[in-house]
Amino acid sequence: MPEETKEPSSVSPEPSPATKVDAAADAAAKPEITEPPRQTQSTEVPAEKPAATGAKPAAAADADAAKPAAPAAVAKPAAPAAKPAPKPEAPKPEPWDSELVSKLKAQYGSGIKEASTYVGQRYLVVDSSIVYEILLRMRDDELFDYLVDVTAVHYPKREAQFDVIYVLYSFHHNQRVRVKTQIKDGETLRSAVAIWPTANWLEREVFDMYGIGFDEHPELKRILLPEDWKGHPLRKDYPILCQDQEWVQANIGIESGQ
Amino acid sequence: MSDFENDYRHAKPGQSGPGVVDYLDLDTKDQTFLDATELVLNMGPQHPSTHGVLRVILKLDGEKVLGTECVIGYLHRGVEKIAENRTYAMFNPYVDRMDYVAAVSNGLGYCEAVEKLLNAEVPPRAQYIRVILTELCRIASHQVWLGTHALDIGALTPLFYCFRDREEILRIFEKYCGARLTTHAFRIGGCIYEAYDGFEQDCLKFCDAFLPKLDEYEELLTTNRIWVRRTKGVGILKPEDCIALGVTGPVLRASGVKWDLRKAQPYECYSKFDFEIPTGLNGDTYDRYLVRIEEMRQAVRIVRQAVEDLPQGPIMAKVPKVLKPPVGEVYHSIEAPKGELGYFIVSDGSLQPYRVRVRPPSFVNLQALDKMVRGLLVADVVAVIGTLDIVLGEVDR
Repeated sequence: MPEETKEPSSVSPEPSPATKVDAAADAAAKPEITEPPRQTQSTEVPAEKPAATGAKPAAAADADAAKPAAPAAVAKPAAPAAKPAPKPEAPKPEPWDSELVSKLKAQYGSGIKEASTYVGQRYLVVDSSIVYEILLRMRDDELFDYLVDVTAVHYPKREAQFDVIYVLYSFHHNQRVRVKTQIKDGETLRSAVAIWPTANWLEREVFDMYGIGFDEHPELKRILLPEDWKGHPLRKDYPILCQDQEWVQANIGIESGQ
Repeated sequence: MSDFENDYRHAKPGQSGPGVVDYLDLDTKDQTFLDATELVLNMGPQHPSTHGVLRVILKLDGEKVLGTECVIGYLHRGVEKIAENRTYAMFNPYVDRMDYVAAVSNGLGYCEAVEKLLNAEVPPRAQYIRVILTELCRIASHQVWLGTHALDIGALTPLFYCFRDREEILRIFEKYCGARLTTHAFRIGGCIYEAYDGFEQDCLKFCDAFLPKLDEYEELLTTNRIWVRRTKGVGILKPEDCIALGVTGPVLRASGVKWDLRKAQPYECYSKFDFEIPTGLNGDTYDRYLVRIEEMRQAVRIVRQAVEDLPQGPIMAKVPKVLKPPVGEVYHSIEAPKGELGYFIVSDGSLQPYRVRVRPPSFVNLQALDKMVRGLLVADVVAVIGTLDIVLGEVDR
């Protein structure tokens, strides 16, 4: 039973697969999941319920104390009173100060254009020339070992038309950081496939949807659309009713429904 | 004279060159087709065990897989483009059509992301209802996975058992919101439907009835010699490979990484419930099977606790009728049955989202296929595709 209650609080430190060997060993130490205990777990639930509820605040507090550095986890700023429609106070990005940011700023200077948090979520805006170095550094030195997502946003009125966003997560710190960079149409970025293999398909999708090139990508080609499709649909200048009519006629043999 | 005869007549042993193949001299190693080392085989897109329209190009040496390439996009509907042309509320039903066997989870992730943008706090009762339905949906999703995965490997019975029991969950969904598959159960700010009379009893009844049935599935498979031989040691993923490839969900946990967003970064009221994160040891197909089975048990535990603690109160936060989130960007993710399902939403302060990016777990997990099947046999590819638990609606969006 003490194991049961201990579980939630110990979770956040535990995953740390940054030390992979530990993770494996940890798993080995756990009872094999087919072992009998889980039978008792499920039948036990009603009985252990009161104890569990009693322990809840403590466990929650523990969890909070264990990771004060992760506001994204729980902290929805409690402002239900300020909600009524007329004048919702819009949250503003706030400067994000931390050891990590000051270290990066000391090294890259003006390459780090912005470091902020918005509704508890951190992000860095960096110059497109150093984004690869930053990503590499984030993985190796800061233990952001998991690339969650690569995506882009198109702002046709800006000079640097595209935001390219890398969402990173650290198992070690249980934190997320978004690394954002801005590039002009026609510019390319260095591919992150060498850092995280998962970037392969994610970058291909960005290329497919926005036409943003990635240098040194092992096979940069379309992924969701046919290879000879014309246009990049998620650009803002690609209207919603637009289609590659020629492709549709040549390959499907129908007049396009639009 | 046919081409073949022509070639045959002119061919001399040991001679090579264009159009000259000595079909009869079996001693010359690299010139006969019997010794052809590489064969390219097309699997799909209309193949029953690719779970939808997935095309996998296999490079084979005999029956051994040398490499694969996935061709996807057959179900691409441009969900992200659609989002930019709909209001926040109008886009809500579309997300159900991505991972259509776990529609409730998709809706939950989207609603939470928009709520984060709006800075809205969902009332406790709505949170509990959401958790109950989401966990039921997790069970339903795993049942579809188990049924089809077992069917791919040759066990027919689990399919019928799983779909029989899944019916009970779909019935609860239907009674709750009128839809069985693409439920659109939640709204931005909470739930729109109050729990119907007898909702709690239905859920508890399902929980009581389901656990023995889960044992029944296990009786059929866990120690079944054929099942074990077909899954143990097949498609192994090491924890470091999982992380490098961005694999999440049960696949990651089966490799021994104890990470679940419900615990790591709790959303809704998950921090109030007592449940465990099952992990595997070897990261093979068999462990992934065990992990998912255990996840169903844990989901039952969560449903039981949530139903017993279900608080009274409002089910909808005070969000305006016309949603205009302030300018900003938010990334929010939840633990969907298949892994980390993330939504990245950019608001420009207007009625429509400026950009909605969906980070689909199936898409990212499918990328690990190549790593997992190299060196295995063709029949194992089927097992590995099944164990990844992909839904092509979500891969292609």
